[in-house]
Amino acid sequence: MSAPSPTRTPPGDRAGEHAEPAGSGGPHRPRSRPRPRAAAGRPHAAWALPGVLFFTFFAVVPMGLAFYLSFTSWDGLGDPEPVGLDNWRKLLDDDRLVQSLWLTVLLTAASWVFQTVIALLLGVWAAGRQRNRAVLSAIFFVPFLLSSTAIALLFYALLDPNFGIIQENTLGSSGGAFLAIVFVGGWQFIPFHTLLYQGGARQIPEVLYQAAAIDGAGRYRQFFSITLPQLRHTITTSTVLMVVGSLTYFETVLILTKGGPGTDTAILPYLMYEAGFKSYDFGYASAIASFLVLAATGLSLILVRLTGFGGMRSTREGM
Amino acid sequence: MESINGRSNGGRPTGGGPGEGPSEGPSGSPGGRRAFSRRWVLGAGATTLLTTGLTACGSDGDSGGGGDTLTAFVYGDDAAKIQQTAVDRFNRSGAAKSAKGRVKLERIPGAEYPAKLRTAMGSPSAPDIFFNWGGGSIRDYQEAKQVVDLTDTIGNDPALKSAFLPAVLAAGGLGGRNYGIPMRGMQPVILFYNKSVFAEHKLRPPTTWDQLQDVNAKLKKAGITPFALGGADTWTELMWLEYLVDRIGGPEVFAKIQEGDASGWGDPAVLKAAETVKELIDDGAFGSKFSSVAYTNGGAPAVFAKGKAAMHLMGSWEYSTQLGKFPSFAKNNLGWCAFPTVEGGAGDIRNVVGNPTNYWSVNTRAGNKDAAIAFLKDCASRTYARALVANGDIPATSNAAELLDSSPNPEFAKFQYGMVEKAPAFTLSWDQAVGSDVATPMLTEINKLFVGKSSPSEFVSALKELK
Repeated sequence: MSAPSPTRTPPGDRAGEHAEPAGSGGPHRPRSRPRPRAAAGRPHAAWALPGVLFFTFFAVVPMGLAFYLSFTSWDGLGDPEPVGLDNWRKLLDDDRLVQSLWLTVLLTAASWVFQTVIALLLGVWAAGRQRNRAVLSAIFFVPFLLSSTAIALLFYALLDPNFGIIQENTLGSSGGAFLAIVFVGGWQFIPFHTLLYQGGARQIPEVLYQAAAIDGAGRYRQFFSITLPQLRHTITTSTVLMVVGSLTYFETVLILTKGGPGTDTAILPYLMYEAGFKSYDFGYASAIASFLVLAATGLSLILVRLTGFGGMRSTREGM
Repeated sequence: MESINGRSNGGRPTGGGPGEGPSEGPSGSPGGRRAFSRRWVLGAGATTLLTTGLTACGSDGDSGGGGDTLTAFVYGDDAAKIQQTAVDRFNRSGAAKSAKGRVKLERIPGAEYPAKLRTAMGSPSAPDIFFNWGGGSIRDYQEAKQVVDLTDTIGNDPALKSAFLPAVLAAGGLGGRNYGIPMRGMQPVILFYNKSVFAEHKLRPPTTWDQLQDVNAKLKKAGITPFALGGADTWTELMWLEYLVDRIGGPEVFAKIQEGDASGWGDPAVLKAAETVKELIDDGAFGSKFSSVAYTNGGAPAVFAKGKAAMHLMGSWEYSTQLGKFPSFAKNNLGWCAFPTVEGGAGDIRNVVGNPTNYWSVNTRAGNKDAAIAFLKDCASRTYARALVANGDIPATSNAAELLDSSPNPEFAKFQYGMVEKAPAFTLSWDQAVGSDVATPMLTEINKLFVGKSSPSEFVSALKELK
């Protein structure tokens, strides 16, 4: 994944990008002055070195290696043998991949709905000035501080059919296992997204609400006409993180269901793990990994583009 | 698992990439525009890349193995204490001094042992000596010429050769060559039953399938699940198929598959076994929640010990599991018997499935092979066998019979020893007998059969597709 060159931005979007901000920007915004100032004020490029090196060695290089391995056959012993496109062909033919892809999409959609609705409401609430708000917000944040593995083990014990709290065949039934994964993921990550929404909602100027109140808008009208539109960049950020997070969701599946019952919760990252660390087919596992990288990158680019987030239009136009 | 990001959203705040923050507002100049497109591409890209940074690098084997110290990887359960004692004894012994080597034991946590061993063996810090299950579990290593052929070592040492039961020694090899030395207890799969439940309902352990169905019917009438099954661990389901295929078609059916002939799955015995499994499930023989129950977290053993289920098909380690968790049940009410015959089936009731034992093998890259082999020879010693017996295990040594009186439970020990010694055939657990590339999809298909995701005939045709 070499850094795309700036010229790759389609021209159509460029016009859109700066036409509006230029209009609203105006001379009273000294910060938006172009390049010369930025170049002078920026720290030396060497400051980026630690970060760049870290990223190179722990993300770019392994990813490059995985991409290379996807064109080889390797069982973890000896040297990888080049096999051309065999793994990628297998990827296209694999029935399990189709199921896996579908499950991943389903998990992403279900997680998005579950997490966004709750996080948005909680976040907006937490942005207010009620009594005990700070204490409750801190408590809500706790799940995010726990490790995924600990959370999954905890819920695994709670869902035990003989000794747990919910003594049903939850993890042994397709629907139950899937919902359990969505729920546990939500339980863990809602606090983080709540925090995003809380921050976003805090930024909304009070005057908007005051003006709306004068115009006679009630609580719900204010929420839908002011809060939601003002939070649209936050929603995009949160959505991108959720989508990419769901695409790489793994530990919970491994611990709760091991992809089962049968293959009914074997989402892409689990399929990759199984191919690599159970079947020792590292070539095929790398093909799945590369596919995941491409899919996740593509999806987030599309999301950012569709939502106009790339343009960074201000939510305060006309204020 | 080391290779996986701790959190799925791990890339979160760093995702902004260059140009984060309010200092770069919207700009009208071409330069600013470029900064934007770069920002969103890089930002989105960086987030994605960080969060999808899952790649195939998982080894942190720090064994080194250089110099005179040999590293030995062992499956890190409770029984590893016996290997630790053996290592300490060896390091003090004259054999270690004359071979100028020492052994360092590394206990690898259980469930991930095979994956950990694999990544280590592919890295420069591979172990010199490693625990394995013989047969298919070492096939890839043997093909990569990473295991020392011990055939001549054993052949030239009468004491070593005669120390172990020949069938068990052979199961540690491949294609008639020896690659492993037995180093743990034998692990046949046994049908355990709850004596008090059986007594209460006037039942006798079944020896034929008809009797078993009769027992099941009576138990269900009494509201007791006939069999405990930890179906969340697919290998527990595998045991049922292993025995059923043996009892219906004889040990030859799987022997053919083990040799790499996938058409062997087409044998009518496999289909019949799968249909029998389906009948048992439909009949409620495992209860309704078995696919949520695990063995490894103690679920199935607890269901069994508490009398909610009357029988449990499990490896011989079930005894020590129960002794650890429910000692009074293990001592007073735990009964055991052979898996029943199936009417009209070809398999002998004395045939056994399971793991003959575990083995030590030596890496061809081991620096000091003489020391490694000297260490392996200690497994043939009486001291080592006694330590196994004292732990409740049955060593695969030919002198085991005379040591069994000192076992914590001589009655169970002798039953187990007799079972293996008299067995006309000992079928290695399927998932260990075939290569990992076949074992993984095979286990998935078995799980699908048990949870009703595929019918017996779909099960058979899926297995025939495995290479």
